[in-house]
Amino acid sequence: MSRVKALLIAAVVLLLGRGRPKRERRPEHRIVPPGPADRRAENLVLLLFGGVTACGVAFIVFYAIDKLGHETQWLGLALGLAFALLTLACIVIARRLVVTEELPEPYPEDHPDEVETIAELIDESGSRFTRKRLVTLAGAGALGTLGLAALTPAASLGPALDTSALKKTPWRRGRRLVDESGKPIPAADIEAEAFYTAYPEGADRELIGSPLVVVRIGPGNAGVVAYSKICTHAGCAIALYRKPTFPDTQPGPALVCPCHYSSFDPAKNGKVIFGPAGRPLPRLPLEIDGEGNLRAAGGFSGPVGPSWSGVRR
Amino acid sequence: MIRRLVRFVDQRSGGAPFVRKALRYVFPDHWSFLLGEVALYCFILLVATGVYLTLFFEDSRSQTVYHGSYKPLQGETMSRAYESVLHLSLDVKAGLLMRQTHHWAANVFLAAILLHVLRVFFTGAFRKPRDLTYVIGLAMLFTAFLEGYLGYSMVDDLLSGMGLAIGYSVALSLPVIGANLGLLLWGGPFPGSPSFIPRIYIAHVLIFPLLIIALLTLHLVLVASRHHTQFRESPKTTEKQVVGIPAFPGQAPRSLGLMFAVFAVLFLLGGLVQINPIWLWGPYHVGEATNGAQPDWYLGWLIGALRLVPGFDLTVGGYTLVPNPFWGGALFPVVILFVLALWPWAERRVTGDDAFHNLLERPRDNAWRTSLGAAFLTWIFLVFMSGSADRVTVWLGLDYSAQIWAYRVLIWLVPLLVFFAVRRACRELLAWEQIRSD
Repeated sequence: MSRVKALLIAAVVLLLGRGRPKRERRPEHRIVPPGPADRRAENLVLLLFGGVTACGVAFIVFYAIDKLGHETQWLGLALGLAFALLTLACIVIARRLVVTEELPEPYPEDHPDEVETIAELIDESGSRFTRKRLVTLAGAGALGTLGLAALTPAASLGPALDTSALKKTPWRRGRRLVDESGKPIPAADIEAEAFYTAYPEGADRELIGSPLVVVRIGPGNAGVVAYSKICTHAGCAIALYRKPTFPDTQPGPALVCPCHYSSFDPAKNGKVIFGPAGRPLPRLPLEIDGEGNLRAAGGFSGPVGPSWSGVRR
Repeated sequence: MIRRLVRFVDQRSGGAPFVRKALRYVFPDHWSFLLGEVALYCFILLVATGVYLTLFFEDSRSQTVYHGSYKPLQGETMSRAYESVLHLSLDVKAGLLMRQTHHWAANVFLAAILLHVLRVFFTGAFRKPRDLTYVIGLAMLFTAFLEGYLGYSMVDDLLSGMGLAIGYSVALSLPVIGANLGLLLWGGPFPGSPSFIPRIYIAHVLIFPLLIIALLTLHLVLVASRHHTQFRESPKTTEKQVVGIPAFPGQAPRSLGLMFAVFAVLFLLGGLVQINPIWLWGPYHVGEATNGAQPDWYLGWLIGALRLVPGFDLTVGGYTLVPNPFWGGALFPVVILFVLALWPWAERRVTGDDAFHNLLERPRDNAWRTSLGAAFLTWIFLVFMSGSADRVTVWLGLDYSAQIWAYRVLIWLVPLLVFFAVRRACRELLAWEQIRSD
């Protein structure tokens, strides 16, 4: 009990002792120039710190309430406000509670003597070499080769030398077209002025060579055409189909990529009619099986997806 | 107490003289000197929120069927990466706040660096002895572009997948080595091997941040060792002497206040203003795309350039030599980087001015630099604007292809006009000052 009492007295003495003005040590040698006290500014800072504390508590409370609506907004508000109040406190401290000094300082200069010493040091250290250039060259060659060797394992990252994989697609003669849910597509179901996505039956859909767009450009079975759905410009999926609402004056139908608006004419073998694409959309020849479903009649008319340096068009 | 602590540290590190000097390091006072600081504080918050996000992100493209709390995507096939970000955004407490704050911080980070570069450029702060500092800053800007792109690409939502498809096409379009480089980076043809998402993940959370930290450290060390530039404000501010507020106690609360202000704005944005609502985009599949796709603002210049280039591939006898995305996606940014990076040396060559410059020029003081810079900036800005022509079509009904054709002409004409207008403005301002002082 007496220990607690002693501690309490010690704490009170410490707290009050702090409050008393200290005697200035060597006031004639201050580094930071003196300024008057500003109790109102001090009170303001205390108030702002109180606000920051309240916001911190609010953040924890918002976090802890399980069924709080708009949780993200409340949390963001609490944290944002806390930092905003801290900002204000810093502004008050900077403008009214610490002295703003304007000090001059010389810009640093360069060191010609030291530069000369370093150069001499390097020169003189190599004076025992008789064939300096040759040794330097050999050393650079050795380290360069070693660096190259250290980089070689990076070749394992991918099939860098064999680019044939870029040309592969799952489409073969006879492969059936299926829709998103895996059902075969009867040619008669393809309607004019509509846009269908098709995939190869039983193959990976997440390959550039897989997805197709199927549209009708004329009557009958011959009016159904299929193109690769991947733009030949930058590899996005052709997701737009422009069809004229008044064909007499408006431009004809086009398959359009939403990334950079390359537009391809489905009635002219996928010819580029606008935008940055450099070659036509590859066309997939179609045939119709005994059940009236669409099948591939062969491979694409050209390489699928974005071009690369060296690809045959 | 303070004496004991300082003595303890000094006896073990010998750092007292350095700290004493650092505390009295002077900061010249001008609002435009704070733009770089804003970028620094964004970066600090990016690291802090980013570390939190890594604790929830799964860097995997293995496919799974969604059965989480978000009803509209029930039963959809998606990658584990996308599923983990959905979970973080919609089910983890404070997860969305952290993710949105991270995304906003990235946008503000890039904006702050860009404004900082413009300040440095138009005041001639890049001149000797700060040309190296400036080039390191540019390297950071371009690293930050890539870092941001990788960040929103690894989420594997529909937009990020489309962005990666474009990145892959640009890689493929590099002359001669394109196909090899693309296959190397992606580990196979697009969308790449299963290790591709882990690769861009580790690049985004480790390799690029380390690179930025290294460049940042070098940048700040060089800034401090040569001291800050200043405007000619009084007879005391000269080429030989810098005048400003010491780091402690004057500058410390100012800089801390700025840092807290940046944090406040970013958390308020992250909490109150929605950004990149990935649950609305849906998962990426190669055969799908969304209309009206726009990247984050800082890549707008690249999508604009990709859209503006007329449709042609450079070919040699039936073979493609340079595919189209090269012009807008690779050559355009490289040209901009080179023009900016070589500018200090080009200017020194043309003017023959090899002296140290610690005093800044106001933009009007150097009419040639200001007008050329303004024209260059206008060129990039118009390309940037052309990237949003499709939005203008949706909002105002202006014909898209007509807009693109207009831009193809205007990006060359308007910079020319800007050049003459700005040069004239600089000279008139100087003349006006002359008259006023007479």
